[in-house]
Amino acid sequence: MSQGTLIASAPPAVAPRGGLRRLARRNSTIAFLLTLPLILLILGLVVYPFLYALYLSTLNKRMTRFIGLENFTFLFTRETFWNVVFQSVLFAVSAVVLKALIGFILAHVLHALPSKGQRKWRGMLLVPWVVPPAISTLAWWWLFDPSYSAFNWALMGIGVDPVPWLGQSGWARFSVILVNVWYGSPFFMIMYLAALKSVPDQLYEAAAIDGATGWQKLRHVTFPMMRNIISITVLFSLIVTFANFDIVRILTNGGPQDTTHVFATYAFQVGIQSGDIPLGASVSLFMFPLLAVFAIFTLRGVNKRSKEMA
Amino acid sequence: MAQVALRKVVKAYEGGVQAVKGIDLDIADHEFVVLVGPSGCGKSTTLRMIAGLEEISDGEISIGGRVVNDVPPRDRDIAMVFQNYALYPHMTVFDNMAFGLMLRKFDKAEIKRRVDNAARILEIGPLLDRKPKALSGGQRQRVAMGRAIVRDPKVFLFDEPLSNLDAKLRVQMRTEIKKVHQTVRTTTIYVTHDQVEAMTLADRVVVMNGGIIEQVGPPQELYHNPKTRFVAGFIGSPAMNFIPGRLENGAGALRVHLPGDIVLPVPAERTERYKALAGREVLFGIRPEHLTEAKNLDRPHVAAMTATPEVTEPMGMETLVHFKMNGAEICGRVDPGAPAQPGHPLPMAVDMSNMHLLDPQTGRVL
Repeated sequence: MSQGTLIASAPPAVAPRGGLRRLARRNSTIAFLLTLPLILLILGLVVYPFLYALYLSTLNKRMTRFIGLENFTFLFTRETFWNVVFQSVLFAVSAVVLKALIGFILAHVLHALPSKGQRKWRGMLLVPWVVPPAISTLAWWWLFDPSYSAFNWALMGIGVDPVPWLGQSGWARFSVILVNVWYGSPFFMIMYLAALKSVPDQLYEAAAIDGATGWQKLRHVTFPMMRNIISITVLFSLIVTFANFDIVRILTNGGPQDTTHVFATYAFQVGIQSGDIPLGASVSLFMFPLLAVFAIFTLRGVNKRSKEMA
Repeated sequence: MAQVALRKVVKAYEGGVQAVKGIDLDIADHEFVVLVGPSGCGKSTTLRMIAGLEEISDGEISIGGRVVNDVPPRDRDIAMVFQNYALYPHMTVFDNMAFGLMLRKFDKAEIKRRVDNAARILEIGPLLDRKPKALSGGQRQRVAMGRAIVRDPKVFLFDEPLSNLDAKLRVQMRTEIKKVHQTVRTTTIYVTHDQVEAMTLADRVVVMNGGIIEQVGPPQELYHNPKTRFVAGFIGSPAMNFIPGRLENGAGALRVHLPGDIVLPVPAERTERYKALAGREVLFGIRPEHLTEAKNLDRPHVAAMTATPEVTEPMGMETLVHFKMNGAEICGRVDPGAPAQPGHPLPMAVDMSNMHLLDPQTGRVL
């Protein structure tokens, strides 16, 4: 026993091959090797494209000359670009707020259902999130058609004039947000439902005895207990919604008059369709600082709370 | 100031299963009552019905003279301490204790006064700014009690509050609970499966089994005069021994005839009580502490017998000896100095003044 211990603690310089083997056996080495595929994937699909976009954004349109920050200063002078910034923020913030709200309500309704019927409803309510958005958005596009759509047909049935869903700036903005909310609410619902189920019943019982009404239980027990999940879900959804491409691309293609463009569709239009890849890269880079600041603050709060509570 | 009364209270679940089968119980003002029984006996359900956390299927519960069947928990003026404490993890200790007062719109100075007072009683003053995560099990238990105390409710309800603590802390907190009750004198209903907790804490113990109340009484009465085999076996540790035998009338005195031709004389003062039962098959009940090494054999109530222990368990202050009598497992408590060894016959003494006779069919104490 004692001999074995002595050999094991011998310095690696004495037996380099044994040292290698020990290195391979160390937990941190194994952990690194196991995460290596993911690290490579992130390097290849996130870090490299990001750095390449940074590089591209400093080139001229024909990508022959370094022009520094000229692409960015050029964007600042364009009214369309500021429209895109406004629309992206409006689109992402209002869609996320609505999704969070609807998800919260749906989760509560589902949670209150007896467990027998719950699975059925849960499955049905998840459908919008499961269908590929390109396909479901096509169906919505049909529904929004000015002449033959179900919406306008129904409106005419009750004597209301047809609505130019995708043809007028205000309605078009409303429509893309509506479809995004329809698509994204189930994600919030399922996350909140999981969070609700993890709140111990005894906390509600203690609150009931302490004198809390239903609303007070929601405010003082449910909501604080769900805050971390709410923060993370909102952060995650905000990132995805800011970067949304398919819904806007299919429904309005940024129109009318570029009023529904978000960063991703505008970058696509400028970069790919108009052939100015450096300018497109500059547009797409704008999301990054906005989201990074928000993410840092959110994750900081989450970290602090989970340290205090868990 | 509140009495609690249960009248024919029933809790039935879907499918007709009855957890509580029509119990009656009167709890006096200031009284400390412990509901005790094995898992599934209905004690927690009863407590939760008093709290208003479970609906009552039938019967009536009143607190302070007011029927509360349809009154929500928040309007019953009760406070409850849960098994896992149920502290709000996102609130500080102060906020946890103040929460009920805040909801009832007490002014801030009064809330602070009450919380500080409870913190002083429970010695948790330095912990008021901490979150529950930063507390030990015993400290959390104190906070949970503090939350109940600050409310100054009519009734305290405790649902197995010490089950999550280690053995040493449990004994310590048991004393704390008793002290707190002696200080605040609030009517208390306490649920536990631990008969030692029940005996040490209660003014009166309610023994429950299978949804009914087996017996209600002060701890000493349950110990000395159990009414049923269940109570006799449940109260006391190690449990009472039950040995099948026959009550005989011999030479002008009653005697119990046990397997292995052991004949034990029934004390003279019990003759009147058992006279009519002579000739019947009975269960002879004797607690381990009344089955000792041979001593005091000259006293009138002490009878001699010999047993061969299969197992001996030295506990330090005493030694438990286990032996079999016609298949029945018997336990005795002997002095650690007694020559008790497995496989060696040991002369023993039975204190017949503490014997019990039970009906083998009904389990009633005769």
